[in-house]
Amino acid sequence: MLKLALRRVAALIPTLLIIVTVSFAIIRLAPGGPFDEEQGASPAVRANLERVYGLDQPLPVQYLRYLRGLARGDFGPSLRQRDFTVSELIGRGLPLSATLGLCAIALALITGIPSGIAAALWRSPRADVAIAAIGALGVALPSFVIGPLLALVFGVHLRWLPVAGWEAGAPRYLVLPVLTLALPLAAALSRLTRASLLEVLRAPFVRSARARGLGEARVLWHHALRPALLPVASYLGPAIAFVVTGSLVVEAVFGLPGTGRYLVQGAIDRDYPLVMGMVIVYGALTLLLNLLADLACGWLDPGTWHE
Amino acid sequence: MSSRRGLWSDARRRLRRDRAARTALVLLAVMALAALIAPVFSPWSYDTLDWQHLARPPGTAAAHWLGTDRLGRDLLVRTLYGVRLSLVLAILASAVSLLIGVLWGAVAGLAGGRIDGAMMRFVDVLYSLPYLFVVIILTTLFTRGSLIVLALALAAVGWLTTARIVRTQTLALKRREFLEAARALGVPPHAILLRHIVPNVLGPVAVYATLIVPQMILFESFLSFLGLGVQEPQASLGNLIFAGAQEMESAPWMLLVPAVALVLLLLSLNLLGDGLRDAFDPRER
Repeated sequence: MLKLALRRVAALIPTLLIIVTVSFAIIRLAPGGPFDEEQGASPAVRANLERVYGLDQPLPVQYLRYLRGLARGDFGPSLRQRDFTVSELIGRGLPLSATLGLCAIALALITGIPSGIAAALWRSPRADVAIAAIGALGVALPSFVIGPLLALVFGVHLRWLPVAGWEAGAPRYLVLPVLTLALPLAAALSRLTRASLLEVLRAPFVRSARARGLGEARVLWHHALRPALLPVASYLGPAIAFVVTGSLVVEAVFGLPGTGRYLVQGAIDRDYPLVMGMVIVYGALTLLLNLLADLACGWLDPGTWHE
Repeated sequence: MSSRRGLWSDARRRLRRDRAARTALVLLAVMALAALIAPVFSPWSYDTLDWQHLARPPGTAAAHWLGTDRLGRDLLVRTLYGVRLSLVLAILASAVSLLIGVLWGAVAGLAGGRIDGAMMRFVDVLYSLPYLFVVIILTTLFTRGSLIVLALALAAVGWLTTARIVRTQTLALKRREFLEAARALGVPPHAILLRHIVPNVLGPVAVYATLIVPQMILFESFLSFLGLGVQEPQASLGNLIFAGAQEMESAPWMLLVPAVALVLLLLSLNLLGDGLRDAFDPRER
């Protein structure tokens, strides 16, 4: 299995390359340039600026120069925030965004899966309806609705938590953002776990385990849980994508200085290296995390590897 | 003429018994009707500024049933406009993405071999891109505020799953006898595609369609919330919620009214989609 995993990791690189190329093409094809908003810039000055940043070269040349920079780990300078390189900008914001994302995923897993298991075991029609309702709400309440609502309740009315903003080393500023990001995910995971566990518990091999006289607890832990978690593990891929994109909105809602704002602002400013850098970093992250989720699937049920 | 009565009438019967889906359908119809017709009954249009009543809570000002926003614009009318805009954009984007997805998937499935491999590889690569990124980049780059561009950008990411579903269905259909017969009779490939494959994959696609519309509404609201989608003074549920979130401490109704509208819309679409899916494939439950 290790060989398969390594082969998958190696396959990431051509995919990443395609992502880089496609993004490069899209961004460059767009109208407008990074220096259009310069105050009082005559065409000569603008041409000079473009020459300094190598933007006057033909596109294929620029593309190759960018790739060579990437190979050295250099994402280039930010065209808008001239004192910083893209690596510095992303490096400044990434710890916060990463913390937000990881905490949200962790919280969702810790609350979602056990509650799903509990819901599957405690069979009552009222609980079923409640679970279905929570699940439906979880899909219908997007993060940019939950966020302000939570801030309204906990920040404005109850005054327990800050409404927005960030102070280094003050985790209370992260509570609402993490909660906002984790809630829809937890609801989805809970629903998924419950449905999957219910189906596994109906399977013949569980029936034979019980017939052999195994206690209910052992049946659950040793036999039913692993296959039941398989759909959950394969859902982790889309879940990660959800967290990545959701963090953009959550950072916007709560004013967190993470990396999210760089993408939007960079695209508006036509700050090419910044946008490219963001796409690469987030693309690579998504691909890597998806791979980890796939590996988790493979660990839970090695059969899925032979597709 | 093959009889498809079995699947569709069964599904219809199951759908009729599903109370949640029925409620959802009614709710959806009410909202859509209200969004289309109700603004006619109100003295306010979505961008009329009522200087006498700035930021008034619901029910306190003349004919402003749900209050006004910071600029004195009637919130009820703006929310209804938002529902209308979101629905239209979502349906348009869904239609385009379904069209592309069905054609792409059907062609890939029918062609098979390396063409199929190449086409689906393309889909896989695009799949690995965080969709919001692509949409953000597309909308910021090509005219902010143009609704057509917005719809196209939304459609650009929606077609991927449709393509996958259709391709799997096509592959399953390819081995059926009626296709062999058609090929043996010399029916040209494009006719096989249009006359045999597409009508038969529409079942699962229809179910997916009802789930893709709320997703499009969600994307569009995300974008409008970030300031990239629908621009002021036009009202979309996304930018209404954004404006409301800023005023939340002094005027919570500005947030709650569009938020509730969005939640109801998404809820009913999702319940309807769930109902349709259960109707076509009751094993899920």
